[in-house]
Amino acid sequence: MNTRIATAVMLSSALALAACQKKAPEELPPMPEETPVATPTPTPAGPAVGSMEHFLAAVGQANTVVYFDTDRYNIDAEDSAKLQRQAQYFSQYSNVTFTIEGHADERGTREYNLALGERRANSAKNYLVSLGIPASRIRTVSYGKERPVALGSNESAWAQNRRAATVTIN
Amino acid sequence: MKKLIITAIAFAAAPLAAQNQDLGEPMAEGQDVETIEEEEGLSGSVSFEGNLDDLGIAIPAFATDRNVPTPANANGTEALGLELARVITSDLRNNGLFKPTGPDSLPRPSAADIQSPVWSTWGVRGAEMLVHGYVRARSDDRLTVGCYLYDMALQQRLVAEGWVVSPADWRRAAHKCADLIYSRLTGESPFFDSRIAYIAETGPKDNRVKRLAIMDSDGANHRFITTGRSTALTPRYSPDYKKLTYLSYVDGNPRIYVYDIGTGKQTLVTQSENPTFAPRWSPDGRWILYSMAVGGNTDIYRVSAQGGRSERLTDTPGIDIGGSYSPDGSRIVFESDRSGAQQCYVMDADGSNQRRISFGGSRCATPEWSPRGDQIAFTNASSFNVSVMSPSGGNVRTLTRGWQDEAPTWAPNGRIIQFFRTERNSGKTSLWQVDLTGENERSLPTPVDASDPAWGPILP
Repeated sequence: MNTRIATAVMLSSALALAACQKKAPEELPPMPEETPVATPTPTPAGPAVGSMEHFLAAVGQANTVVYFDTDRYNIDAEDSAKLQRQAQYFSQYSNVTFTIEGHADERGTREYNLALGERRANSAKNYLVSLGIPASRIRTVSYGKERPVALGSNESAWAQNRRAATVTIN
Repeated sequence: MKKLIITAIAFAAAPLAAQNQDLGEPMAEGQDVETIEEEEGLSGSVSFEGNLDDLGIAIPAFATDRNVPTPANANGTEALGLELARVITSDLRNNGLFKPTGPDSLPRPSAADIQSPVWSTWGVRGAEMLVHGYVRARSDDRLTVGCYLYDMALQQRLVAEGWVVSPADWRRAAHKCADLIYSRLTGESPFFDSRIAYIAETGPKDNRVKRLAIMDSDGANHRFITTGRSTALTPRYSPDYKKLTYLSYVDGNPRIYVYDIGTGKQTLVTQSENPTFAPRWSPDGRWILYSMAVGGNTDIYRVSAQGGRSERLTDTPGIDIGGSYSPDGSRIVFESDRSGAQQCYVMDADGSNQRRISFGGSRCATPEWSPRGDQIAFTNASSFNVSVMSPSGGNVRTLTRGWQDEAPTWAPNGRIIQFFRTERNSGKTSLWQVDLTGENERSLPTPVDASDPAWGPILP
């Protein structure tokens, strides 16, 4: 009986661990508080609207990248919160066009990973379109496993590399 | 399933200038090799009855009737004769075939000895087989190379052939001689006189420079095709070696191009705004298979190598990608995750009769049909090993044990598989070869790191 309970506890913690594995380690700075709405001023001191710097400052770096499970491309609750924050920005600055880059980890064959990265980028794009951002403003590109951000060969690095990253073009 | 579609005309296709900005200088195409008749050899079996790995072959320097200058060697035809024998020796030795002894430790026969060996000279050396050859400079600057294989026990000629080659192609004559020896002694088809396209890699893991490169089957005559300004991936030689198709990010998007080696020009395989991946030629060179993602969903298409309309061959919500023709061109093996994970499927060349063939419980990726038709090589994408199976999916055998081995490509005779291996953590890549027993594995030296090998057929 005790063994069974212990097993159940171990199993559930294993499940919790597995569930945590998906997300990249929380090494990123916390999301900044509400940034003041950039009202056009005659002498702009901050980054230009639509620049990557401006986008990062407005939504917070952590919100510009969504992460995926191995071989998966679905948008979960955490991803949708990030994409909603992005959508707020792109609704506010309706002239800004941007690219969603889809990526895969190194533990996949090259061509499949290119297709998988494209599928992930399109998942994020479709979610933004469902929030009212015109598809014509969104470009997607897949880099497959060609552009990792985390360089190790371990679960943590792979989790950080399975991603769709939004970058502004302007 | 089969659906004829007109691919969208690109309204913002890459300008031609952008398509070409990653290309190096075009190169001269190789000359044809002319085969000449030599006296027939013995058609029966050879005298040796042991394991071919133990078959000793003496390969002394090729003789020349007259040492004359040649563009193929600064020191003339005599020095070239030594080089020819060295190339043949390393072809056989590096592939673990026989027990060759090269020219550097053997006496040199005279031109008169080539057609009637001095048996007493070679009998004491313990080799079961003897190779003799000659090289002669012709008045038109080309070279005639003759190749003779003798059975020492029988004191008989087994086979002989000769070729006329341009000086730039002198190594091809050596590969043809190695092929002649290999085929006569094993009964297998030749494979040395062939080339490999691959991706040369340099730089750190998060900023790899990837260039399209080509080389002979032994690594010689290495050339870079692209400059490295844009990422190049997954090349394939056309069956006539006149063109290469590969993926390039030259306009910022993954697109497949056809590069004409003779003219140095390249064109998009299809005019579309959509990303295209995984180009493949049909064995007769008339078709190109490619995979295209529309709205994130990737399917396989085929288009005439002359251009024109594309035909969609797969139509599922999963990723359908890649493809490799059976040698007769009637069927295609490809990969799809329509079942939930990467598996291998076979269909007719028009997209009909799609059926799954891999059921081993691991992921099946990058299937490649053997040129002999009897096996399909693939990447086990669960354990990342190169494996083979029958065309119906049976008799699965794992051939390699690297941390990550992928992308098998067949030697022209279907007896050797090349693939690339990635090192854990460093991400360094290299080319490897393994035979169908899985026992003879070796790395193929390249100037820099290397991936995505594609072995072409025997040179025309």
